[in-house]
Amino acid sequence: MEVFFKKTLIIIALIMVVLVLGIMLTLIIESIPSMKSLGLKYLWGKTWDPVNNVYGAYPFLLGTLLTSFISLIISIPFSFAIAVYLGEYNSKGWLSNVLKNLVELIAAVPSVIYGFWGLLVLVPLVRAFEIKFNILPYGIGIFTSSIVLAIMIIPYAASMGRELIKMVPSNLKEGAYSLGATRYEVIKNVILPYTKTGLFAGVLLSLGRALGETMAVTMVIGNTTLIPTSIFAPGNTMASVIANEFTEADHTLYLSALIELGLFLFCVTVVINMIGKFLISRYTNK
Amino acid sequence: MKKITQILSIALIAVGFASSAKAQDDKTLLGAGATFPYPLYSKMFSEYNAKTGIQVNYQSIGSGGGILQLTNKTVDFGASDGPMNADQTTKIGAPVLHIPIVSGAVVLTYNLPGDNNGIVLTPDVIADIFLGKITSWSDPRIVSKNKGVNIPALPILVAHRSDGSGTTAIFTSYLSKVSSDWNTKVGQGGAVNWPAGLGGKGNEGVSGLVKQTPGAIGYVELIYALQNKMDYAKVVNKKGKIILPSIASVTAAGNVKLPEDSKIFLTDTDAPDGYPIAGLTWQIIYKEQNYNGRSLDRAKKLLALLWWNIHEGQQYAAPLNYAPLSKEALKVAEKIVKSATYDGKPILK
Repeated sequence: MEVFFKKTLIIIALIMVVLVLGIMLTLIIESIPSMKSLGLKYLWGKTWDPVNNVYGAYPFLLGTLLTSFISLIISIPFSFAIAVYLGEYNSKGWLSNVLKNLVELIAAVPSVIYGFWGLLVLVPLVRAFEIKFNILPYGIGIFTSSIVLAIMIIPYAASMGRELIKMVPSNLKEGAYSLGATRYEVIKNVILPYTKTGLFAGVLLSLGRALGETMAVTMVIGNTTLIPTSIFAPGNTMASVIANEFTEADHTLYLSALIELGLFLFCVTVVINMIGKFLISRYTNK
Repeated sequence: MKKITQILSIALIAVGFASSAKAQDDKTLLGAGATFPYPLYSKMFSEYNAKTGIQVNYQSIGSGGGILQLTNKTVDFGASDGPMNADQTTKIGAPVLHIPIVSGAVVLTYNLPGDNNGIVLTPDVIADIFLGKITSWSDPRIVSKNKGVNIPALPILVAHRSDGSGTTAIFTSYLSKVSSDWNTKVGQGGAVNWPAGLGGKGNEGVSGLVKQTPGAIGYVELIYALQNKMDYAKVVNKKGKIILPSIASVTAAGNVKLPEDSKIFLTDTDAPDGYPIAGLTWQIIYKEQNYNGRSLDRAKKLLALLWWNIHEGQQYAAPLNYAPLSKEALKVAEKIVKSATYDGKPILK
């Protein structure tokens, strides 16, 4: 039984590895026609023109990075506040439970619902805001999709942060209290430094979600291939372009360019994750 | 991750198709393709089933997907809103037949406060709006054609489809024909590099953008505009007549001499009463039906279905807001269906 169990674990783990490598290999093979025809220009080309077979991923790379990082910046204060409140101030009891479940529910709502909410509720608000400040009042665009994304990714960093903050050994906290620290000082000087790595990992998880989100973004970003000129301008993301154009990509090079976009997104995600891992290990070794 | 599951599920569907095609029973025909005629096809095929006992299993996965399924020989017929392009024709490697079934139209829908249903637009105005050259509703070229109509002086916001679609193919084919500027700068296709405006996913995405933004203009399928009671524009056609898009004017657009293979965009029609932004939708089969070990019986059943679609089946089109084939189009369609062969011999007499 012991051997059998161990072998099953190894096999299942291997299947996952093979699957990821297989996906990467398929993406590479399928994007060969596009790589051959466009070369490296694909990465910084600014035109995406399926009629003339000119493909450049730059506007979508920009859109993906802008929406992901802006949404991250918006979401961090909220997710950390939730984590601290539910982990430290109110970690037990029915209210804490209700709040915890509600936050987790945010992650369970299908993304198309967020898209609709964004389109019907948020877009008019943003448009009114834009009219007030004399910005071209599209309503939809990078900024709107960043807000929608921010709400969607809050629970990832929040749940992880809450669990970690709860796990801070109580003798550390009690030590700080006995030295006369206030609650704020305990949080600032004991809890946050102790959980720093984990909080950062939670943020990374949120970022991963933001990079790959498709449906909600498609509905509120404006889907234009033009390069965004401000954060209120419409744009497009890599995932959204693939979802929009994949089913009707009717010639080889077009399809291949879309798959290369997938490969590119795959690489961007890997690189960002690696940078994150590197940062984590640097801070923990100190 | 989502993308990956998508690719996986496509693979699974393909496997499913492959196995079901192998286990084909004699009572079921398989088809896949365009989403635009799907409501009509499901009505037609259920009537056909009630009449003949033959079941037609149609998957509306998109025109490109339908052609791919036919190329992989996993379906009996594909369905598409646009004729197959050069790339697809090379890939399929055998002669195919395009059988026109019905036609549909693309209408310009807009959001202008006030009572102004049915404003008139000329071809050059439409092209310049979508090129981003005309940016205000108060442009003299719009106002001069709509005397007495209350058009507020709003900036124009262009809304287009963000996903690849037959609707876009029809619309850009029209723009390419009426504007040389559009033809050289943008061209025609199911997805193009739009010089202006915002993209919405699907008819509902475009109409959502238009409904929300005063001053917006977009294009959707006629059937979608009718179902949702949206305002749409009258268009001046090639003969200079002002045409309201309707089932009659769309059918009329197809009442011209069609090429023998029917592979044509009906846009910018010569027909005097025809609405100029219209297009056919096709069912596509292999010309030689003896492939992959198909039986003569199966080929006969398929051809009988297609014959029925262009004759008795046509009565179900108008109630669902599709435009039935014109007389000219029907003649061409009959000829095409008759040209299908089994071992080089015609199947229908």
